[in-house]
Amino acid sequence: MAKPTTVSTDSEALKSSTPPGRPPLAGLGGPVGWLDDRIGLAKLSRHNLRKVFPDHWSFLLGEIALYSFIILLLTGVFLTIWFKPSMNEVEYTGTYQLLRGVPMSEAYESTLTLSFDVRGGLLVRQVHHWAAMLFAAAATVHMLRVFFTGAFRKPREINWLIGIGLLSMALIEGFAGYSLPDDLLSGTGLRFVDGLIRSIPVIGTWAEFLVFGGEFPGTLIVPRLYMVHILLVPGLLLALIGAHLALVVYLKHTQYPGPGRTESNVVGYPLFPVYMAKAGGFFFIVFGVTVLMGAFLSINPVWKFGPYTPNQITAGSQPDWYMGFVEGAIRIFPPLESHWGHTTWSWQIFLPGVGMLALLFGALAAYPFIEAWITGDKSEHHLLDRPRNAATRTSFGVAGVTWYAMFWIAGGNDILANQFHLSLNTITWFMRFAVFIAPVLAFIVTRRICASLQRHDAEKVLHGVETGVIVRTPAGGYYEDHMPIPVDEAFTISQHKEYPALEPTPAVDENGVRVPQRVSRRRARVRDWFFRADMPKPTADEVTAARSHGGARHAVESSEEQKSVSQH
Amino acid sequence: MSERIRRRRTRRSPLRRAALIGAALVVMGGLSAIAAPTVSSASPLPTEISTGQQIFTKNCSSCHGLNAQGVTVNGTVIGPNIQNAGAAAVSFQMSSGRMPMAGPQQQAQRKPNTFSPEEIKAVADYVGGLGKGPGIPNSSQYDPTGLTAEQIAKGGELFRTNCSACHNYAGKGGALSNGNYAPPLTGTGVTNEQIWEALRTGPQAMPVFSPSQLSDDDAKSIIAYLSSVNSAPESGYSLGGIGPVTEGAAAWIVGIGGLVGFALWIASRGARAR
Repeated sequence: MAKPTTVSTDSEALKSSTPPGRPPLAGLGGPVGWLDDRIGLAKLSRHNLRKVFPDHWSFLLGEIALYSFIILLLTGVFLTIWFKPSMNEVEYTGTYQLLRGVPMSEAYESTLTLSFDVRGGLLVRQVHHWAAMLFAAAATVHMLRVFFTGAFRKPREINWLIGIGLLSMALIEGFAGYSLPDDLLSGTGLRFVDGLIRSIPVIGTWAEFLVFGGEFPGTLIVPRLYMVHILLVPGLLLALIGAHLALVVYLKHTQYPGPGRTESNVVGYPLFPVYMAKAGGFFFIVFGVTVLMGAFLSINPVWKFGPYTPNQITAGSQPDWYMGFVEGAIRIFPPLESHWGHTTWSWQIFLPGVGMLALLFGALAAYPFIEAWITGDKSEHHLLDRPRNAATRTSFGVAGVTWYAMFWIAGGNDILANQFHLSLNTITWFMRFAVFIAPVLAFIVTRRICASLQRHDAEKVLHGVETGVIVRTPAGGYYEDHMPIPVDEAFTISQHKEYPALEPTPAVDENGVRVPQRVSRRRARVRDWFFRADMPKPTADEVTAARSHGGARHAVESSEEQKSVSQH
Repeated sequence: MSERIRRRRTRRSPLRRAALIGAALVVMGGLSAIAAPTVSSASPLPTEISTGQQIFTKNCSSCHGLNAQGVTVNGTVIGPNIQNAGAAAVSFQMSSGRMPMAGPQQQAQRKPNTFSPEEIKAVADYVGGLGKGPGIPNSSQYDPTGLTAEQIAKGGELFRTNCSACHNYAGKGGALSNGNYAPPLTGTGVTNEQIWEALRTGPQAMPVFSPSQLSDDDAKSIIAYLSSVNSAPESGYSLGGIGPVTEGAAAWIVGIGGLVGFALWIASRGARAR
């Protein structure tokens, strides 16, 4: 991972020249000139069209999220034409025979009509749902990329926060959409959220009445969620995406380290024409994949779930994946309820449900500031970290992913039990411990792996790589020939910054008067722990010494005699 | 009319009458000789009951006791008393291969049945005769042919109200506590008769649905809904039809996995910028 694209300096392609003949875009002169006269197009585009972006596959993850959002807008507009956000009860008389004569809400009826009677309606519905799943998933992997490479560091903390806001909005937006068709599954999901709202101490009941306009389910929630789903949250998402991208342009894109890449430049290709083509092409790929999924993979067959009725339920009622961790937390949380006076305090819903959401998003939002406080690092970063070089952060990330995954698994405990013939109760008990133990194990293992990778890097810089050639010395010893790695690669794997140790500043001045302590003893200790797994990288002296010492050769059986022979 | 018959009789010779009686006797005797081995559900013959008892003694009594009274060892129930289970319960358990069990299990599993229908019938009649329990249904009680679309749709409503909580919205099955499970109601080997018998006898963890709760007509419409919903065309590959868990897995593996593959491809292509 994180290996930079090789930089070529002598390619034919890099030589600037003017192609012979009439410029291909000369025909655009007229309309472009017209626009330039009116809105200053040339000035706007001269700068922005040639803006340079670095090239790496992991920088395209956020683009998947952006493109699936565009797909969601396009397909969503189509769906709004047919969907009726109403909970009025009607009797179904449409095409689908297996629901004929069944009373249902207009919302559900129009979803059936959309699926069975509108040309292309089912495809668009499925594409919309798959795109929503991909939107949240792509946003998540994009966030993980930003986290593991340290791209959230100064000056990008605000953009990180905007990203966290976008992710939480995606969850709300997805949930609102999941609830709109008013089928059995979406009604069950609504009931789940109703429980979450009710579990909030003191204000729970009133909050429920506010949201649902009375007792669950009432007749208002679908029209209200419709407004949230097609106006409020998409508006917020659009605004936040705009701000997110504007900040990327303003702060410039981060890049992976490599020769020629510094904190003050960006090495890559210009937006026009390279990224216009790459990103434009990628949009069509994302659209294509989503449409293929919509065409060939069934998602949320609402007609099978039937209309929502509070007295019905189906086995395997789960939310879409992005709410799975909350579902899991609630499924494995032990029953815990307080009865004070005539009031009931339902902790088993509030703590894992509301508490889990607050904990996840709170921890994500706080992390950049916590890390900056621990490291005491106040410098700007435009070069990304290779994850192994920030061992503790990477370990935190992997532990967090593991933690999240454990709740995910717990959220599907009934499916696991049924598919793999296991006991539901055993899985639940296992997960109760696993959510605490697995992240700790993941943290320890990841830190070890990072330390080993760092050691391996240092080894490569100092002694090169194995060639697989065993050389026999005249004295009869054997050693494996090592080959020094290219300077570019050596630079890439050893260029990272090392942060100075924080010394605790005195708590009292020379006169014995207490002064504010800039670096406390505790903070210095935390900082030491944070960097403990990090190997000191080889110094220039060590590299020179290793090279001149014939360090590229490693004795298979090391003995002084063999080394002296191989030294010449 | 009787006058006419009398007139006809007077015209025919007594010899002809004797010949007719003789022919009828031959036909009936022959028929009874052919039909004797088949058993009638209404009144089993004592010989079949004894056949059933023999099979029961060989295959069932080690857990259920020689008189189906159940076996309890040191307070642990090895096999329950099934004297009042009824012929329908025996037919269900044996035809689906659940009984005899392969070994002590949390829940008897469906497996290939090695008994012939006659043998199962014989055991069912034997156990059915021991007490009162639902008998084996005839096909008019469970055969769903001829139901209207509305009746089948009502079966769907009944299914979602009474069955889907454990068996999933399309009868794909679901988990219960402590390793119990609600088995799938679709797939090979599941017959409409078995569904009716399960409803009436409540095998394993399943509750009993008596005729006062779900009439035979209701049972028929539920059976009709189940087979219709599972034979209707899917909107693409169904991913197992078990809800959002597999859909989420597909979004990550097919969607994100595939798109990351494309991203790798795009980023690995160099650009010739001029």
